[in-house]
Amino acid sequence: MERIPCPHCGPRPLAEFSYGGEVVPRPDPEPADDATWGAYLYVRSNPKGPQSERWVHIHGCRRWFTLTRDTATHRILDTPLRKEEA
Amino acid sequence: MRFSGFRVFKEAVTGHKGWKPLWRNPEPKPAYDIVIVGGGGHGLATAYYLAKVFGQARVALLERGWLGSGNVGRNTTIIRSNYLLPGNQPFYEFSMTLWEGLEQDFNLNAMVSQRGILNLIHTDAQRDAYRRRGNAMILSGADAVLLNRDQVWAMAPFLNFDNARFPIKGGLLQPRAGTARHDGVAWGFARGADLAGVDIIQNCEVTGFRIEEGRVKGVETSRGYIGAGKVGVAVAGSSSRVMSKAGMRLPIESHGLQAFVTEGLKPTIPGVITFGAGHFYVSQSDKGGLVFGGDIETYKSYAQRGGLPVLEDVVEGGMALMPMIGRARLLRAWGGVADMSMDGSPIIDRTPVDGLYFNGGWSYGGFKATPASGYCFAHLLATDTPHETAKAMRLDRFERGYVIDEKGVGASPNLH
Repeated sequence: MERIPCPHCGPRPLAEFSYGGEVVPRPDPEPADDATWGAYLYVRSNPKGPQSERWVHIHGCRRWFTLTRDTATHRILDTPLRKEEA
Repeated sequence: MRFSGFRVFKEAVTGHKGWKPLWRNPEPKPAYDIVIVGGGGHGLATAYYLAKVFGQARVALLERGWLGSGNVGRNTTIIRSNYLLPGNQPFYEFSMTLWEGLEQDFNLNAMVSQRGILNLIHTDAQRDAYRRRGNAMILSGADAVLLNRDQVWAMAPFLNFDNARFPIKGGLLQPRAGTARHDGVAWGFARGADLAGVDIIQNCEVTGFRIEEGRVKGVETSRGYIGAGKVGVAVAGSSSRVMSKAGMRLPIESHGLQAFVTEGLKPTIPGVITFGAGHFYVSQSDKGGLVFGGDIETYKSYAQRGGLPVLEDVVEGGMALMPMIGRARLLRAWGGVADMSMDGSPIIDRTPVDGLYFNGGWSYGGFKATPASGYCFAHLLATDTPHETAKAMRLDRFERGYVIDEKGVGASPNLH
């Protein structure tokens, strides 16, 4: 099974994780019009290649983190190990 | 060249020397009225209906690789119109009626086999939901029959009726559903389009769009620039990548979807059967292999392959539903890239660029839609108005709040 590097628990099997999708910056909801907010909720760049994405170690430490993964090869390119990662 | 019983007989006695290639291999012309990008099922069907029904004479279809090399050659060949929501069901029923006349229409044997699809019921709540769905199907002109336990038993006695956790209590049957030979569908549409005058250009990758003052003028390709009055993109699996060349981002996330086939067995499965408690569906091919599948990969991927956790999950569903499947050997497994849209429903619409049209987001349900998708996309390209059954499949439905969410799980493309 593929392994996902959890910044807290180290590399663990994929089945312990849940996928949170690509990182999309959150606009300020107050001045945002429907198009801006709709794009934040629904529209994605969906690149083939390196992508920053969110994962959660749902059956482990339950920590959310961001990693960079190649979506064509599944190679993990970068895992920030910052503890303060929300 | 038309196919007929007489023709087969004549070729048999004359050494099969009269068969010709099914389509030409033309050089691209400098410009066309309409250029279709993508030589899969949907693109080929679009080109076919454009030329045949909507009388378009100058149409080209561009394909990066060879015809039918993407998802039309990778699916589990199921055709059905058993949807619930008003934005979807009339469209899929339109597709079902096109399937029923398709082989006569394009004069090729696509092995359309209406053996029925049976969705199993395990709980009272599920029976209520399927009764509602069946009524929605009947309202759209489709057929639906609610079966009790004994009627399901008569159809498929090998199912695990007394599973302690998920006993089978009945089923929703659509008798007109079934399967079709997926490659035959691609070939039939390709040959029909070619006979109607469409230039099918293979090994021709679109590398960019020429857009001037908000209007598309043509496409840059690996075989040079091709001018176009209108461009229709039908490249499900690569939608985000191709549309990004026109500066667009889409409400789509790509996920891998696997399918599996066992060794050939004697006739066992009467039609298509779906497990209502897990995600598992199975049918039997004409060669005898049990063809089955289940969930998509949970994370985004462009790799045309799948992982073992999903395989394990799918075969667990199979074992729970019909334990005898454990005696069959798995012959092959393969994967494709599914355009998972944010509500699980497709998009057939104009785009913000004038003359550029988009067809995609088929999630993992594109094969059954092939004829109607082509027809409705051709309708939009030829007349600039959406077809009656595809009006809800708009690109802007997400920001406007008019999603078509069959499963009701919201913007979670890995859950549809």
